[in-house]
Parts: sequence; C-alpha cells; structure tokens
Amino acid sequence: MHNVIIIGSGPAGYTAAIYAARAELEPIVIASSVEAGGELMNTTDVENFPGFPEGILGPDLMGKMQAQAERFGAKVVYDDVDSVDLGGPVKTVKTMLGDTYEARSVIIATGSAYRKIGIPDEERLSGRGVSWCATCDGFFFKGKTIAVVGGGDSAMEESTFLTRFAEKVYVVHRRDSLRASKIMQERAFSNPKIEFVWNNEVVGIDGENAVTGLTLRSTLDGSESTLDVQGLFVSIGNDPRTHLVHGQLDLTAEGTIAVEGRSSKTNIPGVFAAGDVIDPTYRQAATAAGSGTVAALDAEHYLASLAEAGEPDAGADQLAGHVA
Amino acid sequence: MTARDVTEQTFEAEVLKSEKPVLVDFWAAWCGPCRMVSPILDEIATENSDKIDIVKVNVDENPNLAMQYQITSIPAMKVFKAGEVSTSIVGAKPKPALEADLAAYLS
Repeated sequence: MHNVIIIGSGPAGYTAAIYAARAELEPIVIASSVEAGGELMNTTDVENFPGFPEGILGPDLMGKMQAQAERFGAKVVYDDVDSVDLGGPVKTVKTMLGDTYEARSVIIATGSAYRKIGIPDEERLSGRGVSWCATCDGFFFKGKTIAVVGGGDSAMEESTFLTRFAEKVYVVHRRDSLRASKIMQERAFSNPKIEFVWNNEVVGIDGENAVTGLTLRSTLDGSESTLDVQGLFVSIGNDPRTHLVHGQLDLTAEGTIAVEGRSSKTNIPGVFAAGDVIDPTYRQAATAAGSGTVAALDAEHYLASLAEAGEPDAGADQLAGHVA
Repeated sequence: MTARDVTEQTFEAEVLKSEKPVLVDFWAAWCGPCRMVSPILDEIATENSDKIDIVKVNVDENPNLAMQYQITSIPAMKVFKAGEVSTSIVGAKPKPALEADLAAYLS
C-alpha cells in the first residue's frame, strides 16, 4: 500500500511528486509509457518558466523536474493507467501492462489532449499531412506551403517554428484578432513567411493520400474558398483528459475536474487533482506546477489526518512522524 | 535487443528482400515521441524475434527513404511484407496498443 499515487508527469505531476517525496510520502508517479513528461515534451523553447532567463527546451525542463522528484525518492513508472477505483479509503489504480497499485490517496494530473477540428478527413489524413505536433513533423515540410489553424500562443509558436522549414505558413483563424500573448503575436506578425487568413474556419481537407488543400468557410458571410497547402497543423486548444474518472469524480461545466475552492480536493476524500485537468483558463507550465504543489500539500494533510484518526489502514509506520 | 539501423544503402537487402516481415521505425533524434516508443519496439522485437524483424531508419540521414514512403509524421512505423508496405502506424503508442496493431504478425 502506497501513500500517494500521482497519475501524470507534466509540470503538475512532477511538482506534486517533488513535494510529496520531500514529505517522505514515497510517491509513485505513473508517467505514461509514451507521453512521459507531458505536453512540454513536444515544445521547443520555454521562455516563461521562472528561473531560466535564457529559456529552456521543453524536454530539458521536464527532465530536470523528473530528476528533482527522483532525487527525493519519487518512483517513476513508465506505464499507462487503464482504470481507477477511487471511492473507498483504499484507491486502486490498474495499468495497461497489468499491474495494480493501491494507495491511500491519488493525485490526478492527467493534463489535456489536443483538440481535433472534428471534420471527416482529419483522421484519414492524419500522418499524411495533418499533424498536431510542429516539432515532430515540421521537418517533413521543407520548402512546402502549409497552414496552421488556431489563434493562441501554441498556434503562434508553431507557426513561427514551422517557418524554419516551410516556404510559406498560412495561419487560419476564425476571428479577426488573436488570443495569443503580445510577444508571440508580434513575432508572428513580423515574420515574412507567415500570412494570416482571418475570419475563416477549416471545413474540409482535400487529398487522396496526402494533403493537397483546404476548404475554408468565412465566419463573416459563410462563403467558401480553397487554399492550396501540403500540410495542416492543428493548434486549436486542448481538452482536459478526464476519461479515467468519468462517473467517479464531479466535473465542471467546462469539462475539468471540479475542485473545492483554491484547493485540489475533488468530491472524493483522498482524491486530489492538479494542473490542466482542473484548469479551463490559464494552463501554463508555471500554474500547473503551482497546482501540483497544492495537491501534494493537500494529500500530505489528508494522510496526516488519517494517521491522527488512527484508521487501521493509515500506515502508522510511514506517518509516525506526523502523529507524534 | 536494440533495433539496428538501416540506411538507404542497406534498405533493399534488409527490408525489401527480407523473408520475415520487417517493421521499419522511421525516427529522428529531435523527435520526443520517437525516443519514447523506441524501447517499446525493442521489447516487442526481443519477444517476437522469430516472427518479425524490427529496424530503424533515421530520417535526417536517409531523407530519400522518408520521401519515398511519404513520411510526414514521426514516429512512423511501417511493416514491409514481401517488399510491400502491409501496415502503417503513425505516432507513439503504449505497448499493448502497438501489439494490437501488430497482432497479425505476432501470433
């Protein structure tokens, strides 16, 4: 029986692990087999995480967070959670490789997943010109004309990054202004390879075996037009990853896990949530790290209260310090 | 067992003319998901060495192969059987999901 299992290994998961490990709770981090490190593994320069004045590469930042958690005794498991049973005093987590973990508390830090446009050809042409990861796939569009759909920071970062390879990058956005931060907007506006296509949404992707063009629809008058491109990068936001806890944890209207006030407490005692999975608004590496801190402190407090209450399965061995 | 590298020079002999099915993992050093899926492929290769061969093609060093097989997203895993692509998988996936995609070759 463990004290705390942390599901997820982005900034929220690893920061929770650092705090829980320093509290000698010996946390288990179930990091995922192929997505360990989370969303920042697919970014290049992170320029807004405090402490790195020259910026730091996303994978390097996550490597440092993991090393920091492991230094204090967190155990990182490269496996994927298949199901959870959170209701009772003993929480059960089952993984895809067939292992079962039991713990007195669980921190859900599963983050968010790329949002899809939701049009028929998107799936068919995925990996054939439609991509969600500029750093992974930009290389294959050397000298080509491509489009990025989206208007946030990620869309601006991807567009700017893609100009390293592509000859021309269209940014298709359904409004006439961006929600991206000013610095990212300026960078995109001043890039001669980037051209904005305002007030349009992508309604069709053309091509048999590879993307050859897009069908756009004006959000102003509904008129349709085509845009010849060989690639489409989708960067229209993320949705919280809550499928593991559906039916067990309360969700908000926005689809994030509901937590009590500024805490990480879900509707089930001993179950905490942190990072993008509870945050419909800010979704930054730094806010996720702060959120992971809150969750670890809440879990620590919960475990101490169990020990004080003298519950038989509260594991007095590891929590003796708190009882005294 | 670590998957061996195949190049434009050795691709025909080691992949197209192989008697066993060969999974080719198109990858690059700068691709995070590629690094994550690589040890999983090594495990699958070790556990099924009598049924399938698993090799890697570095797309930076072998751009012509990447172009020829229309790679636009990596990791891209293509199974070659008798010189033809018989299965294509795009993106890093957990081991059980990859095993399910490759079930026809592993049973």
